[in-house]
Amino acid sequence: MLMTKDDIFGKVSEVLEEALGCDDDEITPNASLVADLGAESIDFLDIVFRLEKAFGTPEKPFKIDQGELFPENVMDNADWVQDGKFTDSGMDMLRERMPHIDFTAFDSDREVMKVGDLITVQSLATFVSLKLEAEAG
Amino acid sequence: MRWMWIDRIVEHDPGVQLVAIKNTSLAEEHLHDHLPARGDTPAIPVMPASLIVEGMAQTSGIMVGAVNDFQEKVVLAKVSKAEFAADILPGMTLRYTATMDRIDAAGAVTRGTVEARTNDPNPGGDVWQQIGRINLMFSHVDQNMAGLEFPEENFVFGENFKAIWGASGLVV
Repeated sequence: MLMTKDDIFGKVSEVLEEALGCDDDEITPNASLVADLGAESIDFLDIVFRLEKAFGTPEKPFKIDQGELFPENVMDNADWVQDGKFTDSGMDMLRERMPHIDFTAFDSDREVMKVGDLITVQSLATFVSLKLEAEAG
Repeated sequence: MRWMWIDRIVEHDPGVQLVAIKNTSLAEEHLHDHLPARGDTPAIPVMPASLIVEGMAQTSGIMVGAVNDFQEKVVLAKVSKAEFAADILPGMTLRYTATMDRIDAAGAVTRGTVEARTNDPNPGGDVWQQIGRINLMFSHVDQNMAGLEFPEENFVFGENFKAIWGASGLVV
């Protein structure tokens, strides 16, 4: 049986409460993991581990590969990043690889250092939903 | 002083569990600074909770390192939980039991309990009592800090570690 979007959001919130040690009233859909909830880079590894545990079962593991939640080594690619900002093809790459994130507002900014702020509680829940849907076929 | 916060490994089920003990002693200099006498208040030597966390990090870290024959640099990345219910005084023995929650290429998650001998003089009264829980996360640092250069030698599992591991009697 597929989980509802509310079920998924609830479980993601629990994961974040435990991984980041924040209160449930801080966890709103638009809260940014980095800017609002204080997540550091190692917390993302912790969050990935906890999501795998929360949404996986021994029969049906839920495996998140490194770079799946957030693409790696984008800074080194001159086609994608120039002068600290994403190029047009860089933006296309982000939209394709991160369908769980809304890039509408970011399109006018494009600053590489700010892209981490785009990961919100809702985008994490959407990431899980899309992945569960894809696995269910 | 050597940065060794466990004295002996007493059980090892590879990849599953590792148990180590530590004996506290008034010969440890730091106990005299924590907490020192102030005015009319006498000194209260108690083992700092941060060092109990370090003891668990060494216990868990060895368990994690052993999985890959100590080839990976296993670095404490996060203290997910640390709860304590009692003070540890000089003369007490601590028992750290670390259990593997998960391990993969990126790192490992461990759960742990800390127990202390009750030092009850009555026959049969001296038992292990749980005084804390410490859950940790480790990073295999070479796999996660791509772009940063670390020394080739394994600085995590150095001479101190070899002394503990060798003295455990568990190594064939």
